[in-house]
Amino acid sequence: MKKVAYAVILGAILGALDGFSAAYEFGFGTKVLTLAGLSSIKSLVVGLAVGITAVYVRNKGVIIAVGTILALVFAYLVAAQPDPDTGEKYYAHIMGTGGLVGLIVGYATAKYGEKTGTVGA
Amino acid sequence: MSWISDKKIQRLRQAAEVPDMTGTHYRLLERVAHGGMGVVWLALDEKLDRRVALKVLDVAGEEEARILAKLEHPGIVPVHDTGRLADGRAFYAMKYIEGDRLDRHVSGITGVPERLRIVLRICEAVAFAHARGVMHRDLKPENIMVGPFGEVLVMDWGVAEVAGTPGYMAPESTRDARADVYSLGAIIRFLVDGRQLDRPLRAIVEKATAEDPAARYKDVQALAADIAAYLDGLPVAAHPETWMDSVARFLQRHRLAVILVVAYAVVRLLIHIFFGA
Repeated sequence: MKKVAYAVILGAILGALDGFSAAYEFGFGTKVLTLAGLSSIKSLVVGLAVGITAVYVRNKGVIIAVGTILALVFAYLVAAQPDPDTGEKYYAHIMGTGGLVGLIVGYATAKYGEKTGTVGA
Repeated sequence: MSWISDKKIQRLRQAAEVPDMTGTHYRLLERVAHGGMGVVWLALDEKLDRRVALKVLDVAGEEEARILAKLEHPGIVPVHDTGRLADGRAFYAMKYIEGDRLDRHVSGITGVPERLRIVLRICEAVAFAHARGVMHRDLKPENIMVGPFGEVLVMDWGVAEVAGTPGYMAPESTRDARADVYSLGAIIRFLVDGRQLDRPLRAIVEKATAEDPAARYKDVQALAADIAAYLDGLPVAAHPETWMDSVARFLQRHRLAVILVVAYAVVRLLIHIFFGA
């Protein structure tokens, strides 16, 4: 599988799972579905950036760093939006695991995804 | 009465052993080794102005050169030329490899995986020869050369009828492909000697060097497949796994991925404890 597609799909899936894991805090409902959707889109974009980076960069550390930093930035942007019901902001909830998802996507893409454009021997 | 010193006798003996290359376009430079059925010299091919390894056989036959000429493979030293000396002995010229013998080369390689990758390259060359009906019968670290660019070459294919080397030679008298499997197993044992081996690798060595030929790998490809599987962290045929072995191998193979997933779970739990709704 091409690295970009691999990273995008993995990011979307892990992001959605990360969002759904908020059900642990809030129980299943509209709020968790919204969080899962946002988280999935966030991680999908991170996956896209990680995948493109992985096509051009061989250094595993750089790929993982790009995934982690971008995930933290996006997670911050999402977390900065207050909860419409309570007005609270969930920095720790969203950034804590969101950053880890970016790290996992970066690691998995660097390790398991195949490079785009290579010809099999 | 005059005495000839031992040193002079030795020099005379050496001079007598130097083959007379009159009538050939080779000039001997130095004696390199005594291989199976002959002596290998570093020589200069005066026609092409290049150095070659020239093997002068103890016998008149050219069978060894013919065997080697059949084997065109990157892992087998190519034969450039054959000929006959004035005294009737046959010789052939091979590519001269400027490298280390495997037994010397490995001192610079610390990792078992790197050493096993060399064995895989040897297996490729030997399997190629077997596919053409040629057995080596004297595989040992001294007959493997590692070139300056990491190329691995199997040498000394001319011992088809010679006894082989104790320690690397299969115990049975019939010497087919499984005898070479035994020698390859003995080479692995040599390469990992003194190291703590895990069970799959130990099983590979034991299966390759089983006393009973029928208990060994059926051919070199099967041995190579098991080594490759071991290097990739996959199950090996020589070592049937229990479910605990499978779990341990999975955790070992995906150590970092497992750590990341556990870290995610721990972070999620900590968030719940400290920031939970």
